[in-house]
Order: sequence, then C-alpha cells, then structure tokens
Amino acid sequence: MDFILASVIDGLLLGFVYGVAAMGLTLIWGVMNVINLSHGPIIALGMFGVYLIFGAFSLNPYVAILIVAVLGLVLGVAIYYVAVQRVINAPHLSTLLATFSVNMIIIGLGTAIFSASPRNVEFSLGSLTLGPITLLGTRVVAAFAAMLVAGALYLFLYRTRYGRYIRAVANNRDAAELMGVPSNRILALSFGLGTMLAAIAGGLIATFFPFTILAGGAYELKSFVIGVLGGLGNPIGALFGGLILGVLEGIIPTFMPTTWVPVVEFLLFVLILLVRPQGLFGAKS
Amino acid sequence: MILQVEGVGKQFGGLQALLDVTFDLPAGQILGLIGPNGAGKTTLFNCINGVYAPSAGRVIFRGEDVTASKTYDMAHRGLARTHQIVRPLNELTVRENVTVGACFGREGHTLGKASQIADEVLAFVELSDRHDQLAGSLNVGQKKRLEMARALAAQPYLLLLDEVLAGLNPSEISRMVDIVKRIRDERSVTIIMIEHVMHAVMNVSDRIIVLDYGEQIAEGSPEEVANNPKVIEAYLGDPELAEQLLNE
Amino acid sequence: MSENKVAAPAKKLRFMPQLAGRPYLGLSLTLAVIVIMILWPLVTGKDITRETVFTILLSVTLASSLNILLGYTGYVSFGHVVFFGLGGYVGFYLLAIQGWSLWMAMLAGGLSSALLAYLLGRAILRLRGAYFALATIGINEAMRAFINNFKPFGGPIGMTLNFQVYRDYGGASQALWMVFYTMGALTLLAVTVSFFVRTSKFGLGLLAIREDEDAAEVMGVVAPKAKTWAYVLSAIFPGIIGVLFFFKNGSIEPAPAFRLHFSIETIVMVMLGGQGTVLGPVVGSGLYQGIRGYLLTSAIFKNIQLAVAGGLLLLIVLFVPDGVIGWLRHRFPFLRRVLQ
Ligand SMILES: Nc1ncnc2c1ncn2[C@@H]1O[C@H](COP(=O)(O)OP(=O)(O)OP(=O)(O)O)[C@@H](O)[C@H]1O
Ligand SMILES: [Mg+2]
Repeated sequence: MDFILASVIDGLLLGFVYGVAAMGLTLIWGVMNVINLSHGPIIALGMFGVYLIFGAFSLNPYVAILIVAVLGLVLGVAIYYVAVQRVINAPHLSTLLATFSVNMIIIGLGTAIFSASPRNVEFSLGSLTLGPITLLGTRVVAAFAAMLVAGALYLFLYRTRYGRYIRAVANNRDAAELMGVPSNRILALSFGLGTMLAAIAGGLIATFFPFTILAGGAYELKSFVIGVLGGLGNPIGALFGGLILGVLEGIIPTFMPTTWVPVVEFLLFVLILLVRPQGLFGAKS
Repeated sequence: MILQVEGVGKQFGGLQALLDVTFDLPAGQILGLIGPNGAGKTTLFNCINGVYAPSAGRVIFRGEDVTASKTYDMAHRGLARTHQIVRPLNELTVRENVTVGACFGREGHTLGKASQIADEVLAFVELSDRHDQLAGSLNVGQKKRLEMARALAAQPYLLLLDEVLAGLNPSEISRMVDIVKRIRDERSVTIIMIEHVMHAVMNVSDRIIVLDYGEQIAEGSPEEVANNPKVIEAYLGDPELAEQLLNE
Repeated sequence: MSENKVAAPAKKLRFMPQLAGRPYLGLSLTLAVIVIMILWPLVTGKDITRETVFTILLSVTLASSLNILLGYTGYVSFGHVVFFGLGGYVGFYLLAIQGWSLWMAMLAGGLSSALLAYLLGRAILRLRGAYFALATIGINEAMRAFINNFKPFGGPIGMTLNFQVYRDYGGASQALWMVFYTMGALTLLAVTVSFFVRTSKFGLGLLAIREDEDAAEVMGVVAPKAKTWAYVLSAIFPGIIGVLFFFKNGSIEPAPAFRLHFSIETIVMVMLGGQGTVLGPVVGSGLYQGIRGYLLTSAIFKNIQLAVAGGLLLLIVLFVPDGVIGWLRHRFPFLRRVLQ
C-alpha cells in the first residue's frame, strides 16, 4: 500500500512538470491551430541550457532555468517569424512540416555539437521523508516550480493586456484584428510562450533525470497525450492532464510490467481523440 | 408530390431556427422561399438535404421518408443543391467540378459519360469557355453558375437553389433567371429557390412560402404573398410603417 | 440546346488527356524512368548501385502509396510507417517462425496491413486535419509499444532469420538480386495503381473530398467509404515491402519497424515531388535520396546532414509547397499532359 502511495505521489510530482511541457504545446495549438513538432527538441534544448549554464558558471540550476526561460521565449519568437508566419493560414500539412523542419535543424545541429551521449546535471537537494514515503528533493522543488509557472501563466492570460490579446486572437483572429489587436505580433508572442514553457519543463526535468539531445522526443509524445487528455488548446486542462498521466505512470507499473505503460497511454490517447476530442474537461463541441 | 415537409423544426442550442414548417411540393413547380435574414431559409434546405437532422417533423421525398438521411443518400435519390456561400472544388478544373456532380449524382455515370454531361451542362449555364480553368480562379458570378452546373449535372428530380442571384449585377441576374426557367421547362426539374431579389423571385415562382424567425408566416401565389400585411411587416420590422405602405 | 450537344464530343477529347490521342503518355514516361533505374545496377555492375537504387525504389513505393491518401484524399497520415512495420512483422513471423515462403509472407504482410487500415479507417477517418494526423501518430506509437511486449514476435529483441533460409533463393548474394528485382516489380505496380486511382471515377471522388469533404458528400460522394478504401489502398504496398525489406535485412526489431521519422521522410518526398500527382512521389523520392546521399558523403555537411535537410525542407514548405511537379504544371500548363 505504501508502495502504491509512494508511486502515486512520485507520479503526481512528475505530472506537474509534464503538465508545463504540455501547456506549451496546447497554448500554441489553441492560439493558432499549429501542432508544434519542434516541441521535443526545444525541451531538450531546455535541458542542455541548464546543463551548460550550471556547468560553466556553477549557477544554481533554478536560476539557470530563469535564463533558459528567456532564451526559450526569444527562440520561439524567432521560429515563429522564420518558419511559421508564412504558412500560418496554409493547410495543416504545411505547419506540421515547417515545425518538423525546425525539429530536424535543432536535432541535426544538436547531435553534431553535443553528440548523442547522455548527460546529467550534478545537483542534488537530498531527499524528503514523510512517514513511509521518501521523495527526491529536486522533484518536489520541480513540482512547486511547475505550479508557480502554471499560476503565472494563468495570471498572465487573464490579468494582463497581452494575455487578453492572446485570448482574443485565439478566439477569433479576424475579429481581434478589427478591434486593433496586432495579431501577428500576438501570434509570435504566443509561440514564444509555448516554447518557453517547453524549455522550462526541459530544465526542470534535467535536474533529476539524465538526458541526451534526443530525450525531448519522448516528452513531446507525452505532451500530445496530455494535450488531448486536457483538451487541445486548453492550458489549464493540460496541467490536469499532466497529473493524470503522471499518476497513471506511477500506478500502472504496480500491476503490470512497466513496458505496458506506453501501450496504455497511446491507446488512451487515440480513444480520447475519437470519443472526446474536446478533452476530458472541455465543454465546447 | 415530389416533396412533403411535415412539421419540420430545428433547434440550435437555445435558438429555434425552424418551427413546424409544413408544405407539399408538386413536381414541375418552382417554389420561392423568402424571408428576412436569419429567418431559417438555409436551415430548411439543410434539413431537407440531410446536412442537419431536423429536431422535429418528417421529410418525405418521392414518397419515401428521408428524414435525417445522409447528404450523399439524398444526392443519389435525386436531390441536388447549391450553396449560398459558394463551395467550388478550387484545385480542380471547372469541368472536373461538374463531372463530380454527374459521376456521383442520381445516375452515377461513368467518367466518360459524366464528362460528356459536364460539357453539355457547362454550355447550358454558359461556362463552356472556362472549362479548363481552375474553379478557384473564377469570379463570383461564374462560381454561382458553376454551383448550378454541378447540381444540374447530377440530373436531379428536385433542385434547391440558395440565393443564386446574390452578388450578381442586373444583366447577370436576368441571364440567371432565364436559366432557372429553362431548367424547369426544358429539363422538367422541380425547384425550390431561396431569393432576396424580389422582382426575380416573384417573376419565376409558381408559389411562394415566407419564413420569419423560423415560422411559416405566409404561403400562396406571388400576388397573394406580395399583398400580405404579415409579410410586409416581417420585411420592414415595423407594423406602422408597413400599414402606411399598404395604405398607399 | 441541340448545337451544344453536337459540340460536346469534340471537347470531350480534351478532358482527361489519357482518354484522348496518346492515352497513357504520363504513365509510360513515369514507368520508363523507373525501368531505367531498375536496369542501372546492371549497367554499372556494382552492388553499391543496386543498394542505392533499392533504397530509391523502396521510397518511391512508399511515397506513391502514401500519396493516395495524402495527395489525392488530403488526409495527413503521420504514422503511415505503422503499415510498413506491421506488415513486416507479420510476414517476418510467418517466414522465420512458421517457415512460409517469401511470396506467401509478402502477401500476408500486405493483407494484414490492409486489414488494419480497414479497421482503423472506419474509426479514425472521422477525424479531420491535425486531429487525424495526431491519431495516426498515436496508433503507430501504441503499435510499437505493443509489439515491444508481444512475446510471439520476440518482444523488444525482435526476430532474426536463419541464414539457411536464403539457400531456398539461390544463396545470399543471389537472394539480394532477387529481392532487388521484386522491389522493382512492386514499384512499377504501385505507381501503376496510383495512376489508375488518380484517373478513375474513384480518384475523382477522392480529389473532391480533398477539396471540400462536405460539398463532395452533398454531390453524392460517399466519403466514409471512399476514404476507407483510399486508406486501405495506401496501406497494402507498405505492408508488402515491409516483409521484403526485413527479409533482406535478416532481422526485425520494434524501433526500426515503427520509426516515426521514417513516415515523415516519406511525407517529405511526396511534398518535394508534388503531392496529388502521379509523377511527384517518384521524382520526390529520387531527389530526396539523392540529396541525402550527397549530404551524408560530403565532407562539409556530413555531420550536420540532418540540419541541412531540415533547412531544405523548410525552404520547400515555405516557397514551393506544390513540389517540383506541381510547380512545373503550374508554370508550364502545356506540360500537364506529360507530367501527371
Ligand atoms: N449551425 C448553426 N448553429 C447555430 N445556429 C445556426 C446554425 N446555422 C444557422 N444558425 C442560426 O439559425 C438562424 C437561421 O439561419 P439561416 O442561415 O437558416 O437563415 P437564412 O434565412 O438562410 O438567412 P440569410 O438570408 O441571411 O441567408 C440564424 O439565426 C442563424 O444564426
Ligand atoms: Mg441563407
């Protein structure tokens, strides 16, 4: 029993971080109907960002994540203007391939520079013992950081002018434009926020898991699953979706081999796409 | 009767778009369907040809209950329609567009026969000179005629025309009115025609139905409808003004 | 009226060019290009040429099959490799474990992929746009994870072929040539099928679905059925050549059989040549493999070949979205008869 409880709590902690990654993916989808296939490599860049800053300047990894967040934002805005803007109104295939080409560029350069050998950030916060349960300090902090990020995103979207603009553009781009919202710049900002969230998630993961330049791919797929669970385009839903996935990953191995986890995850993914494409919490049809 | 609409209603969430619409349509007539914007005219078409399932009532086409059939079933049964907002298959040529209508419509012709029909129909709607052009590159008037040609190529028993005159200039309108009349006379196709251009619809229709806020407020010959105070009120939205006009 | 009827037959000849004077010019040209490729290794007499051409032929077959769904019907299948992998696995199992002949195994591989597509099609082809693309990714990943756990297929280790098997086909080196020619024959067949789909009534229905599915249905195209058959057709050849590929390879494992990247490469080839045309996937595959081969061997680009390929892809998507053939057809309308 304790064992299950420990796995569930561990899964929950991880789920918050997954949630942040998925929020990035789903924010971009919600605002501009683009599935960002460079999501995974950007998560990996977040990991490497923290790794490099920590290694070079011995900065605290959490401070490094702040820097990585800013870089992630800038990178996303740049990707938007170079690769996405021109095809934003084209059929889905174009945006899928445009963002996939960014994926190839990042992975290609990344492999050449970093090789594919695993790295890890040599950093520890010890562990926390609560009765029968022992939790890794870095994971607990990562979960709290993820909650902070989610809260900040919520405040940004609902309490600031630019947040309102983003929601207006997501709702109806033409109408927003008529009301004087600079929609192209807002799209760029939204894409930047999406990649920023991916980079932050990568940075947080790097504090407790080893990684390679290819490591983002798995989290990208998880983000798809979570995004669909929570309803594509719904960032808050994504956070809950992340928690569900985290808990599933914690629980499933207690009664079947771990290797079955992805089978369950992806079947769930396809099933939800088919029966509830608006997600578990979405109301709009 | 080619078409019987019995108590058809349609609800969108809280909005009652159609309420208890009932009428019979004998073969060979042109029925005009008029009413202010948002009256539910297009929705009625959508309920007849299977885009929406009606929330109430029945649709009977050539003696068979076809309520809530699929749109392609209705096409196979001999019903064709045009769209108010034209929907050309942009990357296909004009002739290919029309060939689709002939291939998959009532007769389900082979490709060879269908392209022959396409040529004939294109000549009928006076689009022959554009046959090789991509449909996306036509102007609005031409796209309207393409919609018409596609529907005709299916060789339907009943044709639903949704505002085929909207956005056309006066000379295009008279050409189109002429085409509509000839469809009925030469091809013996029954027609329901939604139209805002009053003089045109009054001119071609054998009978007219008026919808307002989803309800059927009048039905009769063009003259009867034109002199019906309820109709004038619906169009002007102001009973006093309507009365004033009537008194003149 | 009567004058129109007289005028019609003359114009008919200009419709669908393949029905007119030179019926199959476009197809003949495409097939001729492939035959020349098949014969090329005989000219050079080198094994390396054969291997290069094999890769191109494999790509042409996959791309032409995918094009039926992607180019004609307008549905973006990102996880199309699932049919290559599943067909490969089923066939390999029958070959290696049950002792079937290669031919029967290929047939079984193709049929099992077709069956999967049929069952899936009924369900997921209801999804449109990016939702469909995502679902195909999910299905490929679920299948990969499942095979990873499926003991009869060897789980994560996969299966290997007893070397003895090649003896039935005249020894290992003889078998390689046989595999090559079989691949060539399948490529010719796949392109021919693609051509006949494109120029048939069924294909016209698919094009109508691609342009506007609802409008197509209003005109009488039974979209659910047509889409499902397009999906099935696009799955058969990947299933068959999956068996051939892993037979040549001698072993099969989940990761290479269901590699998502492989699907996306196939999409890129279709795009590069021109989606929705018969010749496009052929040209696109040749170009893609050519560029890739060059990048992999070039001293400057060797290490960053993936990044360079990504950059090229981006340029194509942004500036030549219709691909080479699409661009040529648009630019030089008189070439349409040849470049189908
Ligand atoms: N799919 C839908 N969902 C919700 N409401 C709808 C839908 N389709 C139509 N409506 C509403 O139903 C009412 C009737 O619309 P409809 O398009 O049938 O009007 P109409 O008579 O064709 O008007 P117009 O002359 O402007 O074309 C309108 O209020 C419209 O907003
Ligand atoms: Mg209308």
